[in-house]
Amino acid sequence: MALDIMNERGVTLDKQDFDWKDLVQTPFSKLDDDAFTRVRVILMNGIESEAIRFSHACARMNKALQLPLARVRRAEQHQQILVNWLNPPDQSPLETTIGYEQTAVEITAIVAQNEPDPYLKQVYEFGMLEDFDHLYRFAALMDRVEGRDANNITQCYTDIIPGRPTSVEHRAPDDDVREPYDRASAAPITKLNALVIVSAEHQVHDYYANVGPFFADPVARQLYAEILSIEEQHVTQYECLMDPFESWLEKWLLHEATEVYTYYSCLQTETNPRLKRIWERFVAYELGHLHSVMELFKRIENRDPAEVLPATLPEPISFTSQRKYVREVLRSQVDLRANGTRIVPVNQDSDLSIRYRERMNQAGSPSERVAAGYKWRPGTELNRLGASGNGHGKGVVTKEVSR
Amino acid sequence: MMKEGVAIGKNRTGIDLSPIDKQQLIEATEATIPSMEGDMSEIADMRSEYLENGERLGSVPPPASVKGIAANALDALKGGNPAVLVDKLGERLAFERTGTRLYEALIAKHQNTESFPGAPTLEDLRHIQTEELEHFEMLRDVIIQLGGDPTTVTPAADVMAVSSLGLVQVLSDPRTTFMQSLEAILTAELVDSDSWAMLIRLTKAMGHPLVAQKFEKALAEEEEHLSRVRSWIQAGTLGLAGPGPVVKESLKEAVKETIAGVAQSVAKSVAKDQVKGVKKKS
Repeated sequence: MALDIMNERGVTLDKQDFDWKDLVQTPFSKLDDDAFTRVRVILMNGIESEAIRFSHACARMNKALQLPLARVRRAEQHQQILVNWLNPPDQSPLETTIGYEQTAVEITAIVAQNEPDPYLKQVYEFGMLEDFDHLYRFAALMDRVEGRDANNITQCYTDIIPGRPTSVEHRAPDDDVREPYDRASAAPITKLNALVIVSAEHQVHDYYANVGPFFADPVARQLYAEILSIEEQHVTQYECLMDPFESWLEKWLLHEATEVYTYYSCLQTETNPRLKRIWERFVAYELGHLHSVMELFKRIENRDPAEVLPATLPEPISFTSQRKYVREVLRSQVDLRANGTRIVPVNQDSDLSIRYRERMNQAGSPSERVAAGYKWRPGTELNRLGASGNGHGKGVVTKEVSR
Repeated sequence: MMKEGVAIGKNRTGIDLSPIDKQQLIEATEATIPSMEGDMSEIADMRSEYLENGERLGSVPPPASVKGIAANALDALKGGNPAVLVDKLGERLAFERTGTRLYEALIAKHQNTESFPGAPTLEDLRHIQTEELEHFEMLRDVIIQLGGDPTTVTPAADVMAVSSLGLVQVLSDPRTTFMQSLEAILTAELVDSDSWAMLIRLTKAMGHPLVAQKFEKALAEEEEHLSRVRSWIQAGTLGLAGPGPVVKESLKEAVKETIAGVAQSVAKSVAKDQVKGVKKKS
């Protein structure tokens, strides 16, 4: 059922109360909760991070909006804490990373299928195959460094196989910039989609930048460095999709609508009753934010919010496995490259990017080396009973050990 | 009040819960060729590239006091490397200090968990915690006596702190049970026991017999901790496993062992104190 955002007013800002205990609730269970519960938590932390990031940028450029931005931002800040603190402490940074890549793959796949603009759809599919490969590389790292199975986190919803190899994802900045949608003609879902994806990717970038140095193994440190660099390219790519001629208030309005849309999607699909209540509460909070910004939009820009927002929100994000679609995109598009703002066949790859890639990979590619000969197996690649009888088949351990 | 026990529930981590998806996942991986040939030796090579640098975590500081310089010089004269002793003393001090805090977290769990046959009392846990603190204080005094700085984080102390990160995580997570926390404490006590034995050998070898004597008492106490923690874990685990006749028998044994273990350790400790008393008098 679609949500009528013009008439549903939610909870007003002055009634959005928190206290410290409320912010720190019992986390979800890494073992018992569904993988999509983690995906929702990760996505919503990304959405709130973007809300705060945008709000600060906007405040730096708009004196008149500083106080209203600060008021809404205070609530967003507390929402982000409450949501992100739902991640359990027994979930290691590498396990969380696997969750981040699963989120990137599944949500980008859903968004790409919902996207009516063929160019934007193409860009989402292009990026999705890269995050899909990251999942495989991090799974190899988890298996080979920690002896753990990434599928304990992804719970069979997402394939763990190579995508577009990370080693060829490195591009010159000239080939990461993309064309934006047109604010006057783009469908509302197009605007929401762009914000959802840029939020998710920016969060991944910031997370890897923060946790990368916590790893001791140089293999892990190099892999995080390499994939972090791609995440930066993804943020560049996705932020270009939004029309830069939207006004600051118009962008703020779209941010709030995206927050309502994503919390509402979580509410529709959540299987953990405790988290479902949180999503319900925050749908109401975000409706409150949205309506306060609508008032500013009317007062300051003298414009009707209906110019920018749809009367009802699009169909919620489904939060289900997109295996079939991802496989089809993988089969048909794995060899695509970017040249300028275009997505092109491999034989039209950009010389600038080829040179950049060769330079970055000159001492070897961490993502290739960590996954050399790697095939994911249930219970890790050591679990090769039947292959050699002793669980130490060819390619599983170093040559020295296997001799 | 938290209940001990292992519940059967909806754990979703195993692959057999999703028979159709499992098949698809395996088929996909079987049909895929990795983008680079090879094996774990690539990882070994990457590690070697960094190992060749020879960089260390850090160092042991030079002694700050004249007394320390003299003690170090004396150790060096005897042909020893005083840095090793300083390093290991720092490690023990840090571990005992963290141990005191770990027991505080364990006590919080204990206070909020239903008791079981053979379980420790609050006094049992406070007793061990007090001894951990006494060991920390004793080590601090020894380090000062040898002219060292007890606030220094030595490389061995740093490594031990990194190794213990998981113990702190387990003990401080409100979702772990008392028994799960006790397992983490067992890891700490096993390390404690071994490390004190090592330290005694080291101080004797470095020509500090009086220090070694102090450490003997700490080792006896740590052995008592280990024995008691082992018995509590045995009693708790067997108790949780159920009321079957075999388990019941094992449980009785475990409770007996707890009592015997405690009695033995106490007797050992008392005997040592008596020996010390005799020595002092003489």
